[in-house]
Amino acid sequence: MLEVTLRHRFGRAEANGFALEAGFAMPDSGVTALFGPSGCGKSTILSAVAGLLRPQEGRITLHGTVLLDTAGGIFVAPERRRCGVVFQDSRLFPHLSVASNLRYGLRRAPPDAAGPGFEEVVALLGIAPLLERRPGRLSGGERQRVALGRALLARPRLLLMDEPLAALDAARRGEVLPFLARLRDAAGIPILYVTHALDEVDALADRLVLLEAGRVLAEGPVEALAARTDLPLAARRDAGSLIPCAVAAHDPARGLTRLAFAGGAFHVPLRPEPVGTHARIRLRARDVAVATEQPRGLSTQNILPAILAAITEANAAHEVFLRLTVGPTAILARVTRDSVARLGLRPGMALWAVVKAVTFDHAGAKATTGPDLPDAVRVAEPVADGAPPDERPIPPRPSPGRTPIGRLR
Amino acid sequence: MPLHVEPVLGLSAEEWQAVRLSLGVAARSVLVSLIPAVGIAWLLARGRFPGRTLLDALVHLPLVVPPVVVGWGLLMLFGVRGPIGGPLHDWFGLRLVFTTEGAALATAVMSFPLIVRAVRLGLEHVDQGLEAAARTLGAGPLDRFVTITLPLMSPGILAGAVTAFAAGLGEFGAVITFASNIPGETQTLPLAIYTATQTAGGEATAARLALVSFVLAISGLLLAELIARRMHLLLGRG
Repeated sequence: MLEVTLRHRFGRAEANGFALEAGFAMPDSGVTALFGPSGCGKSTILSAVAGLLRPQEGRITLHGTVLLDTAGGIFVAPERRRCGVVFQDSRLFPHLSVASNLRYGLRRAPPDAAGPGFEEVVALLGIAPLLERRPGRLSGGERQRVALGRALLARPRLLLMDEPLAALDAARRGEVLPFLARLRDAAGIPILYVTHALDEVDALADRLVLLEAGRVLAEGPVEALAARTDLPLAARRDAGSLIPCAVAAHDPARGLTRLAFAGGAFHVPLRPEPVGTHARIRLRARDVAVATEQPRGLSTQNILPAILAAITEANAAHEVFLRLTVGPTAILARVTRDSVARLGLRPGMALWAVVKAVTFDHAGAKATTGPDLPDAVRVAEPVADGAPPDERPIPPRPSPGRTPIGRLR
Repeated sequence: MPLHVEPVLGLSAEEWQAVRLSLGVAARSVLVSLIPAVGIAWLLARGRFPGRTLLDALVHLPLVVPPVVVGWGLLMLFGVRGPIGGPLHDWFGLRLVFTTEGAALATAVMSFPLIVRAVRLGLEHVDQGLEAAARTLGAGPLDRFVTITLPLMSPGILAGAVTAFAAGLGEFGAVITFASNIPGETQTLPLAIYTATQTAGGEATAARLALVSFVLAISGLLLAELIARRMHLLLGRG
């Protein structure tokens, strides 16, 4: 358990100094994402946990060990905290080879510290061909993979990642993301992941700490926070519910994959992941429509029986969120107030939730499959609006083992 | 220095002596000042203490004060009856005035600001984020300095050493004031050239030594450039 309480003010108090006043706890396993806009203090918190920043007031404990206690005058130096850090700019040592970079932390780790071995980490991150090279000769994505390995090989008790993908372009992000997911599953240590990119949260995080202007707005499981309509997350274009799924079946003839979730299943355009792969899909509220009767003659693949649990305010004047339940799974739909009035919608009504097969956006997966398979699943976006599914061109099926495909538009 | 090169360059034994002495004095001056220069550069680049500006000014003093004044200051401090030179002479039997060591000391003081500037520049080029990364990987202060900071600032150290060496070959005022002009002891290249110009029929000697000075200076600068390039390649900044 990592427990953090911090108070820190940048600049002079009377000036418009930025004040951080945050506290949260994270469990001993899984990825906890610190999420918020730029300047919300998330990187400051990470630096304080690493020991690279000394907050004015605060207390940080890791597995019961006090790392910082300003009241008690305790400050453990970063070199003795055993918190591995992956920086946004990788910070590989330019005068050392990739292999020496990887071994830098390993050589300094306590001899009794457990963790994956050198060969294992090299294989995990696919960096064997790079070992003899200098960091200056690596691409941005390769550099971040080496940085991940270096941090993990220091045998840390906690991994801190400070926007590790933020400096990469979309293609490189797609290249590194599956390795991050692999590392998460292989590391066996808690990871504190700072980001302002929601798709990284969707793909990697188990828990979310939502920050705004130096304060914690909410913390909890990612799915639970995504489904809340009272948080800034709901104001985003991609606001919606996160639904854990598993690939249940492929139908190459129809070009469809069936993703099962608790309470139902979605049909999506054919996916490359094998049956059994676990994925988490983001179902945007604006992509969900509702009907009071079962629709017929519709191209839409997914028509699910649902119960309207609640109607809540959206940030726009003429729109609301409908909270629907499909079995135990909650789904958000964003509709106009006019639709609510027209259909006479009220909580408790039985409805049909209508979701086009091709609306699914990013998703993350837990690796439950072989090591050669991509762990993160991204589900494609619309191919062409209006065309019935059977007439849609089937996207070429990428061979297993490749990094996840990007969006298809 | 082997004798068979003598006819090739056409230098007399005395002239060779001056060249050799100059090289020795410059090399010693660099050796003496390198470690203190790294320390001072560190203080100036990273230190936060009252009097940093004063230290900075003090280090740069030899650049702006007439060399003769520096030599005079050294005479006062390191003379046999000076506050430092006295105890050195009485307790260790060490005399710096009018000796080769004295010439090296005077040269070291004069070229010290050059080394400090280059080392400091090298240090300021070291990304402190890399040192922070080393910290998170478990490296303590000395460990970080030796494995990260020192290798990354080494182009600056090397550039400073070569520049100071090249400049040290030509130090005149401070050397002649503090160590005098003794052939074979303290008569370095510039002093020998000066002496030759003051001697009847010394024009040829002066011309030859001036040429040697020129060649040494050019070679030093070229060497510095070459080393800097190789270092940058080694450090992966190529």
